[in-house]
Parts: sequence; structure tokens; C-alpha cells
Amino acid sequence: MNDFYIILTGILVAVSCSILGTFLVLRKMAMVGDAISHAVLPGIVLSFFITGSRESIWMLIGAGLMGVFTTLIIEWLHKKTKLQEDASIGVTFTFLFALGVLLISYFAENIDLDQECVLYGEIAYVPLNTIMLFGLELPKAIVMLAVVLILITAVIFFFYKEWVITTFDAPYAASIGMSTVLWNYILMSMVSFTTVASFESVGAILVVAFLVVPASAAYLITDSLPKTLFFAVLFGIISSVAGYYSASILDVSISGAMATAAGIIFIICFILQWIQKQIHTSPSILQAEEQDV
Amino acid sequence: MIEHVADPILEIHDLTVSYSKRPVLWNIDLTLPQGVLAGIIGPNGAGKSTLIKTAMGLIPKASGYVKLFNKDLEEVRKKVSYVPQRESVDWDFPASALDVVLMGRYGHVGIFKSLRQADKEVALDCLRKVGMEAFADRQISQLSGGQQQRVFLARALAQDADLYFMDEPFAGVDASTEKTIIALLKEMTAKGKTIIVVHHDLNSADEYFDWILLLNTRLVASGPTEKVFTKELLQKTYGGKLNILSSVGDLLHNEQFPNRE
Repeated sequence: MNDFYIILTGILVAVSCSILGTFLVLRKMAMVGDAISHAVLPGIVLSFFITGSRESIWMLIGAGLMGVFTTLIIEWLHKKTKLQEDASIGVTFTFLFALGVLLISYFAENIDLDQECVLYGEIAYVPLNTIMLFGLELPKAIVMLAVVLILITAVIFFFYKEWVITTFDAPYAASIGMSTVLWNYILMSMVSFTTVASFESVGAILVVAFLVVPASAAYLITDSLPKTLFFAVLFGIISSVAGYYSASILDVSISGAMATAAGIIFIICFILQWIQKQIHTSPSILQAEEQDV
Repeated sequence: MIEHVADPILEIHDLTVSYSKRPVLWNIDLTLPQGVLAGIIGPNGAGKSTLIKTAMGLIPKASGYVKLFNKDLEEVRKKVSYVPQRESVDWDFPASALDVVLMGRYGHVGIFKSLRQADKEVALDCLRKVGMEAFADRQISQLSGGQQQRVFLARALAQDADLYFMDEPFAGVDASTEKTIIALLKEMTAKGKTIIVVHHDLNSADEYFDWILLLNTRLVASGPTEKVFTKELLQKTYGGKLNILSSVGDLLHNEQFPNRE
């Protein structure tokens, strides 16, 4: 049963991150996802101090606010000071993450959080911390991750066309009356929730890997958005399962093995795409194309 | 020379727009009649794109107002369509030509609702009008620049608006696409639609448009082509830019300037 819970945790994180990651990659904001996943740390620590509890709901709210705040700072630095966007991202999230690390280490004795856990997580401990729900004893992390996944899926599904249009052509979306700013902040809030819900179990580094890698791999080999989303989710799930079993065979870090599996899938997709390109640009096909046109 | 009309479809009053304190548009005052194919002409950096983006509410105004159909934009959004510059989007996006044209229906379908079969038929019909029905399922990155521009135009057609703002629809397209587009625009204005086009090619301007706006931060002229497309006004618009001035000579082909080549 423990194996199952650990794999399920990995899958829940992977699916949430892959869905959001697809939109981040298409919006050329993958690094903003990276930034948010680190910058939420002081938000979590502060909400812990303010409420005195590690109840997930307060952490989600604290992190959600922090995620939007991070996005605001990055945009403000980029627009007002003419600092390049990548530099703005680098400055903002390292500063906020460091602030979070300082807060944790300063209050180390009376806080139930540690820096190692934030970076690497401890997915193997997921089955230990349980909660009673509908008469079932379920790991807390799984309940929280399932809620986040349902939330994300609903928001993406019900507003699918809004996501498509604000991602593909923001000025056009604005011209038909959609608030591109609002949709952007909703996306950033969802990235923040997912990060917080995930990192306790899998750590910030695996969250970043799941946000960027499966979506990028899917992007390489697909030509329509539903397919990109489908393959991103599929690659996320495969990475979790393959990562878990290879970790237990090789006796290595589970999070590390999952991230590595995602990387290997990306390489395979890259090679597939390269082969496909070679076939497409071969002379015989090119002639056929010309006749077609 | 700014000609004002009664019952304008577009009215811009005292409009000033600036980017970090530098004015890009200064005190623009104009009215446009219904059913014209209007060209916005002016040198690079004259604020041509800014003018239509401001009219669409995409850029904040420093002063002044814009009225469409004598109303605020919010009230008439469904009757207005905006075609951004082709380069403004990433054509590697995983979508087919049909997917992009379907986006033209989004404004008609409310939030929470999804597209119906009828919307798909409208989109396919619009692709047919721009001669792209054979490419409906092709991924947009596999299309040529001209074909991409046609897809953008089809999306605008799918909006079924009465007033269209188009940003450089002829930029980087092949000759046959340019012909297709201009024929389509003329057909639309014949049906009473009003189209405002940002245009950079002076050579074709007088042939394409029946109303011309000459813009260089200030509005130099606005009126029917035959009154506005004159040597004096063009020189006033393009100012001291010599290379363009010499081409102004070439353009006034009606006057049969001596050929120096």
C-alpha cells in the first residue's frame, strides 16, 4: 500500500504540474513557474507565524498571495526599471527564497519546517502522515494534492477557450474584452497552490521539473493543444511510475529518479522530432508539398 | 486638411498617447464615415499601430476619447474586430488554421460555454472566403507568411463585425495573397462594413483606399483619397526623411514624373 501511495503522490503532482506547465511553456513563462515555486517559501513561513498552524488551507492562501506578489514584482522590475525579464525573475525569486530560508533557520527551534525538506521533499514519508476521510485513513498529502488537481482541472476545463486565446494572442483576447491580466494572475495563483501542495512531499526541484519538462517534451511532438496537454500529462505519469521503480531498484532518491525519468522522456521526444523533421524535409516529400500548394 | 463627417462610425477627439512621457500621438481629432476602406499612412514610428490599438482600448490614453458607433467601446465590442500584426503571435503554437479561425467566434460564445457545430461551419466558411479551406487542419507553423495572414483575416471575418481595425495586413505577404485580401476588403466595404488598415506601402495606397489618414504623431490629414493623397500633404507627413521623399516622387505615378533610371 505504501508503494501505491508514494506513486499516487508522484502522479498527482505530475498531472497538476504538467497541465499548468503546458500553459507556462506556451506563454514562454516556464521560468516564472520556476520563480514562483521558490518564491512562495516566505509566504508559507509567514502564514505559519500568523496563524500558528500548519493547516494546509492557510499555507495555500499564503502561498497563493506570495505567487501573485512575485509575478507583480517581476513585472514591475521589468517594466519600470527596464531590467530584462530573465534578470528580473532571477533577482526576485532568489531574494524571496533566501528570505524564506532565513526565516526558517532563524526560527528553527519552534518551526516544523526545514530547508532540506523544502528543496528535496520526502516523498517516502507521505504514507506516514494520515487523515481520516469518509471513514478511510488516507495520507494527508494525497488528499490535498487531489483537491488541488480537481481545482486546476476544473478551472482549465471550464475556461478552456479563455486559456487558449489569452495564451496564443493576448492583444486579440483583450480586443474581445477578456482581461489578460486577470487570467495571468489566476494561472500564477494555481502554480503557487500546486507548488505548496507539492513541495512538502516532492520538493521544489521536482516541482520545477514537472512544471517544465513533460510539457516541453509534449510540445515538441504535438500539433494541437489538446494533444499537447494529453501527452504532457501522460509523460508526467510515466515519469512518476518509472522514477519510483527505478529508485527502489537502484536505491536512490525517489524525487531525483522521477525528475531524471522526465528528462529521459524529453530526450526521446527530441530525437523523435528530429527524425520526423528529417523525413519531412527530404526532397521527395518537398516536391509533393509544392504540388499540393 | 482634416475632413469631418456627420454620423461618424469612428470619432476620435483630442487624443494624446504617450510612452514614458514621450508623446506618440498628439492631439488627434478625426471622424470617419461608414463603409470606407481607410488607410493609415505615415513613416515608421508615426504612431499608426498605436492609433488603432488605442481605439481598441489596448493602450491607455493620456487624454481625449474614442467613440465607435457613437458609443463607448465596451458597449459595441461585438461589432468591432481587431487584427493584430502577424508577427505579434508565436506561429509555432500547437493549433490548426481552423483552431485559430474558431477563436473569432469566442467573443460571440459567452464565458463557460463551448463552441457549437454552427460556429465551426462559420469558421470553415471564412477559411473558404480567404481561399484556405484546403489548409483547415494544417498546423499554423506549416503555413507560409501569406497563408498565416489569410488565417488571421478569416478569424476577423468569423467575428462578423461591422468595423475592422487591421494592423499591417499586407506586411510580408505574397502578391497573390495581397490581391485576395484587397479584393475581400473591397467586397466587405461594398456591403457596408468599415475597414481601417495600417499600411506602409505608399505605392499601392491610393489604389487600395478610398479614405486616407496621414499620420506622423499629429494627424496631418484625413479625407477622401483624391483630396488627401497629394504631394504637399505627403511631404508634410514624411518631413525631412529624404529616402522616403524621393519615393514620394515615384508614387505620384498619376502625375507622370520623369523617370530618372
